[in-house]
Amino acid sequence: MERKLMSGNEAIARGAYEAGVRFAAAYPGTPSTEVLEFAATYDEIHAQWAPNEKVALEEGIGAALAGSRALVAMKHVGLNVAADPLMTASYVGVNAGLVVVVADDPGMHSSQNEQDSRQYARFAKVPLIEPADSQEAKDFLKLAYEISEKFDTPVILRSSTRISHAQSLVILAGRHEVPIRPYEKNIAKRVMMPAFARPRHVAVEERLQKLAQYAEDTPLNMIEWRDTKIGVICAGISYQQVREALPEASILKLGLSYPLPQQLIREFAEVVEELYVVEELDPFFEEQIKAMGIKVRGKELFPMTGEIHPNLIAEKILGRPLAEKLEVPAWEEEPVPTRPPVLCPGCPHRSVFYVLKKLKLLVSGDIGCYTLGALPPLDAMDSVICMGASISAGLGYEKGNPELKGKIVSVIGDSTFFHSGLTGLMDVVYNQGSTLTIILDNRITAMTGHQDNPGTGYTLKGEPTVALEIGPICKALGVKRVREVDPYDLPALEAAIKEEVAAPEPSVIIARRACALLDKSPKTALNIDPEKCKVCNSCMRLGCPAIVKTEDKVTIDAALCVGCGVCVQVCKFNAIVKAGGEND
Amino acid sequence: MTKTTSILMGGVGGQGIVLASKLLAHVIQAHGKELKISEIHGMAQRGGSVLTYIRYGDEVASPIIEVGQADIILASEKLEAWRWLPYLRQGGIMICSTQEIKPMPVITGAQKYPEKILEKLQELAAAGKLGALYAINALAVAKHCGEPKAANVALLGLLAHCLEFPLQSYLEALEAVVPEKYLEVNKNTFLLGYQTLMRQQ
Ligand SMILES: Cc1ncc(C[n+]2csc(CCOP(=O)(O)OP(=O)(O)O)c2C)c(N)n1
Repeated sequence: MERKLMSGNEAIARGAYEAGVRFAAAYPGTPSTEVLEFAATYDEIHAQWAPNEKVALEEGIGAALAGSRALVAMKHVGLNVAADPLMTASYVGVNAGLVVVVADDPGMHSSQNEQDSRQYARFAKVPLIEPADSQEAKDFLKLAYEISEKFDTPVILRSSTRISHAQSLVILAGRHEVPIRPYEKNIAKRVMMPAFARPRHVAVEERLQKLAQYAEDTPLNMIEWRDTKIGVICAGISYQQVREALPEASILKLGLSYPLPQQLIREFAEVVEELYVVEELDPFFEEQIKAMGIKVRGKELFPMTGEIHPNLIAEKILGRPLAEKLEVPAWEEEPVPTRPPVLCPGCPHRSVFYVLKKLKLLVSGDIGCYTLGALPPLDAMDSVICMGASISAGLGYEKGNPELKGKIVSVIGDSTFFHSGLTGLMDVVYNQGSTLTIILDNRITAMTGHQDNPGTGYTLKGEPTVALEIGPICKALGVKRVREVDPYDLPALEAAIKEEVAAPEPSVIIARRACALLDKSPKTALNIDPEKCKVCNSCMRLGCPAIVKTEDKVTIDAALCVGCGVCVQVCKFNAIVKAGGEND
Repeated sequence: MTKTTSILMGGVGGQGIVLASKLLAHVIQAHGKELKISEIHGMAQRGGSVLTYIRYGDEVASPIIEVGQADIILASEKLEAWRWLPYLRQGGIMICSTQEIKPMPVITGAQKYPEKILEKLQELAAAGKLGALYAINALAVAKHCGEPKAANVALLGLLAHCLEFPLQSYLEALEAVVPEKYLEVNKNTFLLGYQTLMRQQ
C-alpha cells in the first residue's frame, strides 16, 4: 500500500479533502498555518484566508449551516479571538459538519503564551479530538465530521507543534463526496436570543451526556493492555512520548478526550497497579479523574509548563533516565552563544525601530516579524500583548499617564492591522487620543511565511482580488493626519515621526516597502572603506546581520547584504559605498 | 520495540536543512522503514537556529530526540555542531561543516563565538567519546560544484557512509526530489561530499 510522508497539518488538510469538506477558512499562525495552505491545493475545497480567527470561524459556521462540511483552523491564541462565536455556535449546532482545528504550542516554539486550548472544549461544551500522529490526524478528522453531524455540534480537533510539524507516513484514501445538505430555516434553533437560547442550553447539556456515552464505545478511545503494573492515561503527542519512555506500560489512549469516558477510565484504573496521567500544560484529565474519586498521579511529577519528553517520563515513573549523557567538560565551561532570530538584512522594519530608539519614544508593540525590534541593539519596544493590542494599549498609555502624552507610538504590521487594529484606531479618534500609529506595511504576512492578506491583492488560491488600501481606511476611521513614508529614506522617516508624534491629534504613518525576502530585484552589496571607517560603531546600532564587527574593524558580509542603503545614511564618515557586487 | 536510529540535523535558517532531510526521508522510505521527522522552523527564516529530528526503524514512537540520544548529528555550521553536541549519545557520530556563521549576540559583541570548536571535537573523538568525527567545509564543496545553497547535500554525502542504505538509494532520492534544473549540481555535490571521506580514510 502506498504511504505518503506528511506533516500533521498536511494530513489534516488531506483528511478534509477525503471527508468531503467544501469550505475552509483560517488566519495563519504557527503551528497551524499549513493546514489551509495544503487545503488550498485541492480544487474541491474552497479555502480562504480570513482577516482574523473570529471571522474565519463565523464563516465556517455560516458554511456549515448552509449545508457544506466546513473546516476552520487557527493557532491556540487564535481560539481566544474566535471564542465568542465558538461559545454560541455550540448552542446553535450545525447542519453539515463543522470542525475547528486548533494547534497548541507547548514550549512556545513560536508563540506569546502556551495556553492549553483543551479547556475550550469544556468551556464551550463541545467534543475534543486529539490525534497522535499524521495518520490519526487524517483519520480522526474524518470521524470528527461524523461526530459533528451525528451530535449536531461543532467539534474541536486539537493538534500541537509536535503533531502539526512532525511528519510520518500516511495511507491515503479517496474523497468521499458529501452533497450539500438542504438548507432549512430554523429560527428557534439558530437565532440566539434569550427565549430561544434557554432551550438550546438544555439541548447542549443533553448532548454532552450523549457524547459521554459515545466516548465509552468509540474506537477513538482504547486501552492497550501490556504489563499492568504501570498504567498511563494520555492523548495526542503525550501518547508517543509515553510509548517511547515506557514500552512495557499499559495505556489508555484518549482520542476523544472531552467528554471523558468515565466507565473506561474506571475499568483501566481498577486493573493497573499504579495509575498516571501524562499530559502537557494543564491537569485537564487529572482534575476530572480525581473528581471521579480515582487516585492518580500527574502534576505532582510533571511540570505545568513546556513539553513533556520521554526522558522525563522515564525518570519520574521508572526512576531512571532513558539515555546516558555524553560527558563534555569543555561544553559546560563557557556559554554557547544563542542564535536568536533577527530582522533580515534589508528588512524595511529596521530603520523604523532605529529612529524610535534614537528619539526615545514609548513604543506600544504588536506581533509579527517586527516584534524583533524589541531585541538588542534596537530595544525599541515597551510592550507586546496580543495581536492588535498596540494601538489600543497605546491609547491606554496616554489616558493612564498624562506625562507620556506626545511620546507614544503604536507600531503594527499590515496583516495585524487588518486582523484587529482597525477598532483600536477607531477608538483613538473617538476618544480623542493623540498617539502616533506606524503601520509597517511590508505588503505581506511575513512572520508566518508570507501569506496574502486583504492588502496584497491576492487570495489564498492565488487569484487576483481587490487590494484594500490602508491610507483611505485610516482616513475613513477619522484620522486626519495620514502619510506614507519609504522606510529606506531615513531623514524623511525621522522627520515624519518627530512631527506626527508631537501632533495633538491622532496620526498615522504608513511605512511602506515590500518585505526584503520578496524583493527579487538584483542586489548590489555595500562595502566599508577601511580608510574612511573610524570604527565609531554607528552602523552597528542598526543590528543588521550583514554588518560584522571583528576586533578592530567593521565589515559588510557581501553574501548577506542586499544594498538597502540604510547604513549609508547612518555613517557620518561616508565610509559605506556600493561595491562591485563581488559575491564571496 | 527494536532500536530506532536517531539523526539530528542542526543549522541556521536559510541553509537548506529542509532539502537534506527530505532526501534522507526518501532514502529511508524506499527501504520500507517507519520514520518520523520533526522540524522546528518557527522563526527559522529570520536567521535563527533550525533543528530537524529524523528517527527511523521498524517502529518509531516519539518524533523528538533528547539529550544523549542522537546516533548521528549532522551540523551545517560549526557553532551549531557545538550547540547540539550534548544530544549525541556516547559513541555517536558527528558530521559537521567547518563553516562559521556569526549569530547576532556575537556580531554585536555581547557574546563570543567559541574558539577551537573543531579541536575540542577532535579531542573528544580521540578520547573515544565520539564514534567518529567527519568535518569538511561543505560550503566550499558546494561552491566548487556550482551551488552554495547545496552545502547540506555535501554533508549528506558523508552521512551516506554512516547508514545502512546503498549509495544508489541516495542518487535515486536526488532524482526524485531535486528539480531537473538543479539535479546535476546536487548530484555532483553529493558525490564530492561522499568522496571526501574516502580520501580522509
Ligand atoms: C490571534 C493570533 N493569530 C495569529 C498569530 C500568529 N501571528 C503572529 S504575527 C502574525 C502576522 C504578522 O504579520 P504582519 O502584521 O503583516 O507583520 P510582519 O510579520 O509581516 O512584519 C501572525 C499571523 C498570533 N500571534 N495571534
